[in-house]
Amino acid sequence: MDIELRNIHKWFGSIHANNDITVTLKGGRIIGVLGENGAGKSTLMKILSGFQPADSGEISIDGKPAVYHGPQAAIANGIGMLQQDPLDVPAFSVLENFLFGLSLNRKEARKRLVEISQRFGFDLDPDTPVANLTIAQRQQQEIVRLLALGVKTLILDEPTTGISAEQKQLLFDTLQSLARQHGMTVLLVSHKLEDVIALCDEVIVLRAGKLVGDRQMPATTQQLVRLMFGQEFAPPTRERVPLGEPVLRLDGVLLRDKRLTIDTCTFQVRAGEVVGLAGLDGSGQELLIRACVGLVKPNRGSIVLAGQDMTGKPYRHYLQCGIAFGAAGRLEEGLIAGLTLTEHVALANETDPLIDCDAAREHTANQLALYNVRGRAEDPIEQLSGGNQQRLLMALMPEEPLAMVLEQPTRGLDVDSASWIWQQLLARRASGTAIVFSSADLDELVAYSDRILVFYAGQVYEIDDASTVTIDDLGHLIGGEFEGSGAGRRLA
Amino acid sequence: MNDELLNILGSVVLNATPLVIASLGETITERAGVVNLSLDGSIVLSAMLGFVAAYSVSQSGAGSEISLILGVLAAMLAGAIVALIVAIGGIALRRDQVAVGFVLTLLAAGLAQFLGQNFTRIPGPTVPYAPISLLSDIPILGPIFFRHNIFVYFSYVLIFVTWFWLFRSRRGLALRAVGERPEAAFARGVDVNRQRYVYTALGGALVGLAGAAYSLSIKPGWATPPVMRGDGWIALAIVIFGGWHPFRVVLGAYLFASLRALSTVIQRTPEISISPVLLNLLPWVLMIATLVMVSSGGVERLLRLLPRPIQKMTRNVLRSDPPAALGTRFEAK
Amino acid sequence: MTKNQTLLNLALTLLPIIASVVISSILILAVGSDPRGVFEKLWEGAFRNSNALAGVLNFWIPLTLASIGLVVTFRAGLWNIGVEGQMMMGAVFASWAARTLVLPTPLLIPIEIAVAMLGGAAWGVLVGLLKTRLGVHEIFGGVALNAIANVFTIYLISGPWQPPEGGSAQATPPFPDYTLLPELSGEFPVSLFALVLTVVAIGAIFLALRGTRWGLELKATGKNPRSALLLGVPTERSALSALIVCGALAGIAGAYRVLFTYDSLRPLASGGIGFLALLVVLLVSMKTLLVPLVAFLVAALFTGSTRLKVALQLDQSLADVLQGTVVLMVLLSNGLRERLALRGRVGEGEPETEFKPIAPVTTEAPTYE
Repeated sequence: MDIELRNIHKWFGSIHANNDITVTLKGGRIIGVLGENGAGKSTLMKILSGFQPADSGEISIDGKPAVYHGPQAAIANGIGMLQQDPLDVPAFSVLENFLFGLSLNRKEARKRLVEISQRFGFDLDPDTPVANLTIAQRQQQEIVRLLALGVKTLILDEPTTGISAEQKQLLFDTLQSLARQHGMTVLLVSHKLEDVIALCDEVIVLRAGKLVGDRQMPATTQQLVRLMFGQEFAPPTRERVPLGEPVLRLDGVLLRDKRLTIDTCTFQVRAGEVVGLAGLDGSGQELLIRACVGLVKPNRGSIVLAGQDMTGKPYRHYLQCGIAFGAAGRLEEGLIAGLTLTEHVALANETDPLIDCDAAREHTANQLALYNVRGRAEDPIEQLSGGNQQRLLMALMPEEPLAMVLEQPTRGLDVDSASWIWQQLLARRASGTAIVFSSADLDELVAYSDRILVFYAGQVYEIDDASTVTIDDLGHLIGGEFEGSGAGRRLA
Repeated sequence: MNDELLNILGSVVLNATPLVIASLGETITERAGVVNLSLDGSIVLSAMLGFVAAYSVSQSGAGSEISLILGVLAAMLAGAIVALIVAIGGIALRRDQVAVGFVLTLLAAGLAQFLGQNFTRIPGPTVPYAPISLLSDIPILGPIFFRHNIFVYFSYVLIFVTWFWLFRSRRGLALRAVGERPEAAFARGVDVNRQRYVYTALGGALVGLAGAAYSLSIKPGWATPPVMRGDGWIALAIVIFGGWHPFRVVLGAYLFASLRALSTVIQRTPEISISPVLLNLLPWVLMIATLVMVSSGGVERLLRLLPRPIQKMTRNVLRSDPPAALGTRFEAK
Repeated sequence: MTKNQTLLNLALTLLPIIASVVISSILILAVGSDPRGVFEKLWEGAFRNSNALAGVLNFWIPLTLASIGLVVTFRAGLWNIGVEGQMMMGAVFASWAARTLVLPTPLLIPIEIAVAMLGGAAWGVLVGLLKTRLGVHEIFGGVALNAIANVFTIYLISGPWQPPEGGSAQATPPFPDYTLLPELSGEFPVSLFALVLTVVAIGAIFLALRGTRWGLELKATGKNPRSALLLGVPTERSALSALIVCGALAGIAGAYRVLFTYDSLRPLASGGIGFLALLVVLLVSMKTLLVPLVAFLVAALFTGSTRLKVALQLDQSLADVLQGTVVLMVLLSNGLRERLALRGRVGEGEPETEFKPIAPVTTEAPTYE
């Protein structure tokens, strides 16, 4: 099935997310859609799959103009999209989720589900609750569902984020087989060049809303980088910082939540050290991070901050003792929609019972300039872009904390914003701050960590020297293949 | 089993009926992701309208069956309209559903009192006692469950229909998905907000029916202050206690009704000397106790006392996560 | 704004009032009365002479006290439906003081008020602890505690505090004169002390919400307790303090009802004023300085409505209907205004709280600490 997009435009407020995009996508091929965050690739794919209407432009399928509204109608036209956060219903069983939207009865559906899963080697039990699946299994279930609906063109949005090397291989095998044997079109939206190089026959490249390139593979990483950014980047260099005294120490800690247990974990972070936490979503790294700042109380063991026993102390006590914490969801946990920038700064910094409005405004203006936040002091926070929100969060943190504990500090940021954040972090590290961060991005973990802890279902594996590990090794480790890996040792 | 106990159990079933119907109605509404907080007002309003409609029609010379049917329909319509206002306010006009629901609680109760002022304490038509032949002769079960009236029998049917609709039917999938993850429902071609309007109105109609069950059967007639005041809040709490599952919700309704029966029994027992006034505390204390149980890990702490294998099973039975999208708005782009 | 938009805006402002008048006229006709006569009687009931006006003020004082208390809890994102029970507990505590303490009036009255504040605050903090510690939503906690306060009052009246001639469950015996709030004058029976107290409370709350760290922390807790906690706000303390302040103010209101409006404790002594206060706060969308004005209109309506029964044999619940309709219409027309994109952001008016009927299980990170 050939798809032709002609003169597609899409505006979000004043941002021209898709600017006059014209491209032809041939059937039976795997096509990479490249571009950095905010380049407009997700928007274009959402238009193609019916989740958003284009402001103007035409789509034709096999030479015939196609007009459709809504994802359901797109599927009827043979186009289905696997979202980054798959659109399933966590409260359903796998079977119910598969059945929902399909015109089959329960028995037929079960047969169909098992049959398609087996064809691709997917491990999907029809009676498991969706809420218990890993992200890779949720992707598989969504692929099975879209195939059962008769989709001929499959769009995948950043499918390799947060899955293990093994799961990635299975996914790639599946996509190969869909394109080669079933003649389907596969569109792979990604900013990971190695994935695109490994899999794609062709790439189209977007930059700032425009189509800037369309080329056949193979191509080298350098060529693709030049297409994506218009320039080449030097790989980040990491300076060695002499490590100081231990700052944060977890001693024989047992942590438990609804889903998993981390048993007897002992580790410490020293001043000036960067420790990265790797793992699939929900493998335990979130739990450990929250234990490090007192939001989760350990069931056993102790937590020591700069020589002071903090076990069981409330979160605010950790803050006062020099820990800074940044959660993953900025507007859910960290910033407060409805409060202005000034109010945020006053909340984080002032302690006087009376608020001096003028002083607070002035202080805020200084912080905004210092941290390069584009926004006015009296604006409500939700009007800022993601990058600016993250910079403001940074501005709200203490200047020289003992340790910074950060959940996915660059999630959803464009390359510029992400590298700015790291500049700030590395500067604070140089003055002796210890940094603990988690990330779903293996490149980021390898690039910035001195030491890496890998989590899998509550087990913890330590890589002592992060410079000895490759991204591929790490991909296998987060899939739980600890045995036979020579890079480090089991912690818990 | 002695007759008095059977009588009491039978009256528990009868008295629980409006709570069963109302809390099942609210369960359906909340499963679709809408909170209709107005129950305590809309039950009162629909009870009044149901009675007044039935009474007026019967006064005009119509047969008692016709007047009762019209009374029930009027009550259901009133409940559905109040619920629809909540839905319109919450969905189309983007108001806080809790705010709209709360205002309607007071408004509906005020309306009932004002419009019903000329109809207080007069006798009107009531739904006749109708034991089911054969079934009512079964020992024990017969007297408890099958010597009642049509409202009670309808509530039995409603329990199973609700369960079947939610968990076994194709449309039930859409209904639950709309309350759990509207984005996923939208992606499958479901008109999320239309579903929400429909099920909110349906749930509201059932709340109205519960009102009619009071004024045409259990507490016949109309009075100020209304006798069923407070039961709307109890029904809302029962939905939470029941973990949004029809069977457990019904269990909760019977539990509350049993407790009431118990307090009347205590009042009639001379050996126990508790101020009858203080017995009125019981439902409210129970309401808080059950809510504490299901939230805040109360259940979890109790479960830890059980042996491990039973723990897991019980935990699954007692799972009670609210619909994930409850009270939120969905707007397709 | 274009001229058309201005006109539309004006129409949407007037819509709730017009709609309420039309709807209530229809209802009045439905029960066989004459709308014009009703509205005349309402006006007459509130403003016919200084005595009637004093009646309005007597309603205004507790209503305003409860309303500004609720502004504080709304700011903290809490639906304090329990305000009604907090008033009742204030009334109960004040009654205890009036029955028990024998002191000269100028000394006794401040003590009575303080005790009443304690009672209301205790009932408020209970709602708060149920929420922050045990995960019971404040609406359900509040409703149950309201009922419990009412049952407790009836128990006192029909039991330990019943009149010597036997329990009629109507009221306690009247409190001695020296325990009651003094009237300003016979023609204008208003308590100057309570009036001054109310005005001071309005000013204090207005300033506290605007210019103090406490006010800012309340706002942060109300908008997003998770984020507020992470930014270092003691969210539990913040939420509880809001309920304590509101409970204390409601306690004064309750005391006023038994020590001035009545002279004894009776069932439902709060007269539903707590619920009316919730409606007042929904109307003013948390602007403290609008509270006295709106509360005055509501007080006039309700004082006027007592006349309906006497003059027209109409139930005074008409006032509830009228008030409820106005608030509903204001809510809905605000929605309409937003839809037509004439003004501001989503949810500017009433608190935009997520409805989480039960709290997450303990093992997850806390919201209130």
